[in-house]
Amino acid sequence: MSHPVPLNVTRGSTTAHVTFLLLALAALGLAALPWISGAGGSGRAVALLVYILLAVMWNALAGFAGLVSIGQTLFFGVAAYVTIRLSNAGVDPYLAVILAIVSGAVLGWLTSLFMLSLKDGEFAIGMWVLSSLAHLCVNLDPLIQGETGTSLIALNAYDIETRNTFTLWVALAVTVVILAALVVLLRSGTGAAITALRDDEIGARSIGIDVMRTKRIVFVLAATGTAAAGALWLASNTTFQPRAYFGVHWTAYMLFMVLVGGLGRVEGALIGALVFFLIETLFGAYGAWYLVGLGGIAVVCALFFPNGLWGLIGPKLPSDPIPTGYKISKIHDASWEEI
Amino acid sequence: MTAHNSFVLQSSGLSMSFGAFKVLEDINLDVTQGEIVGVLGPNGAGKTTFMNLLTGAYRPTHGRVNLMGRDVTGLPTAKRCHAGLGRTHQVPRPFGGMTVFENVLVAARQGNVSHGGDPVQLAWRVLEQTGLADVANRLARTLGLLDRKRLELSRALATDPQVLLLDEIGGGLTLTEGDHLIELIQSIHGQGVTIIWIEHIMRMLLGSCTRLICMAGGQIIADGAPRDVIEAPVVQSAYFGVAA
Ligand SMILES: Nc1ncnc2c1ncn2[C@@H]1O[C@H](COP(=O)(O)OP(=O)(O)OP(=O)(O)O)[C@@H](O)[C@H]1O
Ligand SMILES: [Mg+2]
Repeated sequence: MSHPVPLNVTRGSTTAHVTFLLLALAALGLAALPWISGAGGSGRAVALLVYILLAVMWNALAGFAGLVSIGQTLFFGVAAYVTIRLSNAGVDPYLAVILAIVSGAVLGWLTSLFMLSLKDGEFAIGMWVLSSLAHLCVNLDPLIQGETGTSLIALNAYDIETRNTFTLWVALAVTVVILAALVVLLRSGTGAAITALRDDEIGARSIGIDVMRTKRIVFVLAATGTAAAGALWLASNTTFQPRAYFGVHWTAYMLFMVLVGGLGRVEGALIGALVFFLIETLFGAYGAWYLVGLGGIAVVCALFFPNGLWGLIGPKLPSDPIPTGYKISKIHDASWEEI
Repeated sequence: MTAHNSFVLQSSGLSMSFGAFKVLEDINLDVTQGEIVGVLGPNGAGKTTFMNLLTGAYRPTHGRVNLMGRDVTGLPTAKRCHAGLGRTHQVPRPFGGMTVFENVLVAARQGNVSHGGDPVQLAWRVLEQTGLADVANRLARTLGLLDRKRLELSRALATDPQVLLLDEIGGGLTLTEGDHLIELIQSIHGQGVTIIWIEHIMRMLLGSCTRLICMAGGQIIADGAPRDVIEAPVVQSAYFGVAA
């Protein structure tokens, strides 16, 4: 082989560094929230983190692997249930949260073995059927007593201040780890395959991408992140009523966040989650009108901003805030160019 | 049927139907290492379908495909790519949200599994060879048709194929561009790659092929030296509409 060509490869930019700094500051700000605002603030912060997890994971699944699932509540609900069950068996509730996340990964891998061979609509509905099935099974558990539900009573061992603070920190740590895992994955060789798959599945096969394996990786990651959201939602709200976890409203929220934010971009999902959180905080008290409003916004977005808010913001930035790609140039020997 | 090692690609009795519609019937083709086989034939003859059967994009209704003496009929497209079969698509399939360089890099990483080497270097060399190095950092979706076709070729090359299937990459080129493409294909051939090239432009096929086949109505109606095939009466009537 001949000599290597001198190449200059960059994988970041000032925009990315600024974004990273802002995100780190935001995480620090959230971590310090218990001292800034009271106990109520922590609960809202956990809600924001849960929305972020749900949006980013649903986006990874639909936007990258092209797998539109309307039953991700399977992982959300089962993780909450596993947390309750483990804690009822004497496991520390926070350890139970972590174990529930791991069980979400395992459940994701198991379901991937038969779900991924289904085609578009079949897959979407199939996931919903699985979620409904899990919902029914959970209802049969005597501990849960049908839709009556139960609480994560073990949390009462901690006083309320400590508990809220600790839940927030655990939520923050879990969210940061899962988002970091996603970004590292997307920047890896497998990530490039995932992005290629997003853009053209047939083209991806032709250059040797194992489409099934690639989709499975995304599916398991999405299951894990969604499970994390479910377990954290439980830790923050303490009550477990099956309908509140397996309910189809969560699917609607995931769709809303990703479509409004922008499908196929991590940045879009983040913005979608933030927008949803703000709308909920400001208008959540309006009940039915709030839901009508959400639907209206989704329709307006779908009609006028098909690429979501990120489609408006992204192109105005000098470069990608969360870069997954490469910039390349050949290094020309300066001494030669002088001549 | 026994596989001969000298044949890098063999199609034995390949047939394909879409429902009741027979597109290909009993296609037999043995390709030897080092050939450049041109494939010619009117629209709808089944050329692209044949290629899709060779790569595994479609499963044949009958028949078998051998690659390097190994029966790959049951292998998925990605595995055939790993085994050394590269292809370009007639309608380019760029990864639009990725840059030109990233398109080629992902091919070098995912398709070139056994040959080693630095994928970044490989991807760059390919871009220099195909003339896309200047637009390496452009998003693939912003490319025009000609560059999209070059990108198809670049990606296929990055997988380091031993057999390369080209589906109409020369259409719409000016005379000079066409000559460059012929040079490029000859240089790829010079690296030891066996090529099967579907093209409507006779001049290009005659300028580079070692063998020509003509397809019509789902069959191979002529196969041989380029001049002989073009002059064959069946080809004249099927392709040029000249009464035989
Ligand atoms: N997926 C499919 N389903 C049904 N019919 C198909 C399919 N793919 C191809 N065909 C039909 O098979 C026939 C052969 O098509 P094919 O694309 O192989 O022709 P071709 O020789 O490549 O033509 P062209 O020169 O126009 O590219 C056509 O009649 C086409 O309509
Ligand atoms: Mg064709």
